[in-house]
Amino acid sequence: MSTEVEVTLRVDGTPHRLTVDVRTTLLDALRERLGNTSAKKGCDHGQCGACTVLLNGRRVNSCLALAVAHDGAEIVTAAGLALDGELHPMQRAFIRHDAFQCGYCTPGQIVSAVAMLAEAEAGWPSAVTMGEPAGVGSGGGDGPTVGTVTDDEVRERMSGNLCRCAAYANIVPAIQEVARR
Amino acid sequence: MTTPVPAIGQPLDRFDGAEKVRGLAPYAFEHPVEHPVYLFAVQSTIAVGRITAIDCSQASARPGVLAVLTHQNAPRLSTDNGELRTLQSDEVTFRGQIVGGVIAETSEIARDAAGLVRMDYEERPHNVDLRGEVPGHRERLKVPDEVLPIFPMDTSEGDVDAALASAAVRVDSRYSTPWYTHNALEPHTTIACWTGDGFTLRLSTQGVTGIQAAVAGAFRLDPSRVRVISPHVGGAFGSKVYPRADVVLAAMAARLVPGRPVKFALTRQQTFSQTGYRPPTFQRVRLGAGSDGRLVAIEHNAIEQTSKIRQFAEHSTRATPSMYAAPNRRTQQWVAELDVPTPTIMRAPGEASGMFALESAMDELAIACDLDPIELRIRNEPQVHPHFQLPFSSRNLVACLQEGARRFGWEPRDPTPRARRDGGWLIGTGVAAATYPVLRLPGSKATIRVGPDGRYLVLIAAVDIGTGTRTALTQVAADALQVDIEQVDLRLGDSTYPPAAEEGASAGITSWGAAIHEAADQLRQRLTTEHGGTVPADGLEVTADTPDNPYLKQYAMHSFGAQFAEVRVNERTGEIRVPRQLGVFACGRIVNPKTARSQLLGGMTWGLSMALHEQSVLDLRFGHVVNHDLAQYHISSNADVGAIEVHWIEEDDPYVNPMRTKGVGEIGIVGAAAAIANAVYHATGVRIRDLPITLDKLLPGDRPGSEVGG
Ligand code: FES
Ligand code: FES
Repeated sequence: MSTEVEVTLRVDGTPHRLTVDVRTTLLDALRERLGNTSAKKGCDHGQCGACTVLLNGRRVNSCLALAVAHDGAEIVTAAGLALDGELHPMQRAFIRHDAFQCGYCTPGQIVSAVAMLAEAEAGWPSAVTMGEPAGVGSGGGDGPTVGTVTDDEVRERMSGNLCRCAAYANIVPAIQEVARR
Repeated sequence: MTTPVPAIGQPLDRFDGAEKVRGLAPYAFEHPVEHPVYLFAVQSTIAVGRITAIDCSQASARPGVLAVLTHQNAPRLSTDNGELRTLQSDEVTFRGQIVGGVIAETSEIARDAAGLVRMDYEERPHNVDLRGEVPGHRERLKVPDEVLPIFPMDTSEGDVDAALASAAVRVDSRYSTPWYTHNALEPHTTIACWTGDGFTLRLSTQGVTGIQAAVAGAFRLDPSRVRVISPHVGGAFGSKVYPRADVVLAAMAARLVPGRPVKFALTRQQTFSQTGYRPPTFQRVRLGAGSDGRLVAIEHNAIEQTSKIRQFAEHSTRATPSMYAAPNRRTQQWVAELDVPTPTIMRAPGEASGMFALESAMDELAIACDLDPIELRIRNEPQVHPHFQLPFSSRNLVACLQEGARRFGWEPRDPTPRARRDGGWLIGTGVAAATYPVLRLPGSKATIRVGPDGRYLVLIAAVDIGTGTRTALTQVAADALQVDIEQVDLRLGDSTYPPAAEEGASAGITSWGAAIHEAADQLRQRLTTEHGGTVPADGLEVTADTPDNPYLKQYAMHSFGAQFAEVRVNERTGEIRVPRQLGVFACGRIVNPKTARSQLLGGMTWGLSMALHEQSVLDLRFGHVVNHDLAQYHISSNADVGAIEVHWIEEDDPYVNPMRTKGVGEIGIVGAAAAIANAVYHATGVRIRDLPITLDKLLPGDRPGSEVGG
């Protein structure tokens, strides 16, 4: 019984042909087969967001995707956001605001934040946009006017990315600094 | 020569920031290795009993499987640490205990084959229920061994019972805190390689020196033949201090496949049984006071659990004798030995759970005396340390409370519950005090080497678990050497460097920094006296130990803080939100305001998480934590956290250490849960004494009280 298949993945701009087990997740394909360890494994169950990458432009938990199902996909990790050594504005904002401690959730947070702002910009709603009572912070329900997101919108939309070091109170202003540009 | 600008006090960005934001800072499992093999653990499916038969045939037959480890073929180890006696016998002492391991060419094969290893058991009855131990089983409980020798486990002064009997105002309350699990975002991982005459272990740990000693001892090797490297650590919070079965299993596997690196990562689910936890507590606090709120008696008891293979006790009553003046005081602590995994250190071990109880009780006393809770604490401020009868090296609890009150907008506050509302939300505010001792762990050395190019290399086997050690310790070294920080390279995280105490107890900067200071002093002195102030052509190197602190016997040394919280409770649904937390801390000199603020912020958020979210739920029938993942064990997420303000009082304490620092890692969590519980009472009139504060406990007609207690 052969459980190995060949797939092609384009990762951070570079195409790779690789052999994976049909059970290999996209995350393990990146980390264990291609040696790209930018995306992290925190739970392997889609519960923490540490493995967030852009898959064909959208943020996904790469531990929940099987590599075999994504032959030919375009993947961007946090390392790929900083091609040629130039940090992405979101990465610079995270450093300036000290929006991490151990850094293990950080690549996922940053990829997620970049994609999240694009989603908000495109008018995708969140529970806060839909007028759920917030109770925390600046209140919700007004929806994103183009180019701005409230702190509560950021909190809600970033809640798929856990940070056990609990840098949340620095992550929100770091993202807002980029959002306001 | 111009004096460089002091590095301590500069809000420098983390030195490893640019690597971390790209995901390029290597964690243990990410070190590139050639031809690795993968290990997956087999866990017991009973809590107590004996393995009677093992069938590995199916697992071994899987293509790609290299070996199956069980107690039948595992090497015999030499250790009296029950945590490290992995695969040493057929006995099972808790559910989920590692009873085997499969080594295979890929992680997928290893995991699949681990599920095929068949074990038959002879099961015996188990007892995992701490609640059941508490009433009426005092004779089965033990007084735990001292955790830190300077803090006696039990204390007693005066006549508590008589003072309580005659007190004008009394509080007698029972509190409980649940089983908390660390859940560092990086699970425990190891790459172990047997190199022919020793091990190279890359692992996620808080102390490479301790792991080196433990592994060398267990495998009867000279410590020099065990190299432990911990480059970056994805959070730890206490769970990565002590070596446990996962390290042993990885090392055993490495022995079976010489030359091939063994990669071993615990799954998130496995961390719940393998990596320790904060033990659940049942506590009782009795306070007696005059009608003016002045305490005449304080009694604090705690009961918690440990395993049957190794004792671990959180000293939950430790903070109480440091807090308030009262002539009659008693603290007592017991542990029940249950068929559970061994608990371990978790952020502010003891203070986090104990101060929830004490500071909730103080709030209850304030209400009983009709006094503002800040005024109550000020009235009970001691002149000297109540237990040691020593002056405090510095104590700024009152300053923290007053500064916090001003910044938070504490006044005017109508203490009446349910007095403030906004639409359907009840609003309350709460306050609590925080404290944590200033500790210095033994066993650190630092080497400093200066080259003729004027660059300084500082070597110490400390680790950076995300606290910012790399950055802060470089700042410490630069000032100790009186040179510009650009001239200093600091290396850590490798057992080939001089030994270091583990990262814990907020003692990192104190323990390691004092060693670095000592080495720097000696180096500067030798440069002057032996070399006329010029670095010799082949450089100069000095190694020094952490010196003893001569003031330890003259002063009591503690950090203090004040925690404030505003909560909103939905009147209809019981939903609890915390839009605002504010903390003011007096924790000595701050080495790096940017990273220190993050640590305090993280601690306060842990307090929120402890108050409202976290709880490992045990299935008493089987003895395991059922909510063993991040979907069911809820830690605070971004949307749970409101505005958090962190402030500190300037302190310049010459007695604690040469840096005048007190540590910032733990104190942020201490008291935070009590401040929130006190605010919930203010909002709703419901006193929750059993954490976590979940909405079901706030709904009318469904308010389980604490039935049991010390
Ligand atoms: S590792 Fe993928 S969500 Fe946690
Ligand atoms: S920085 Fe450690 S988990 Fe987020």
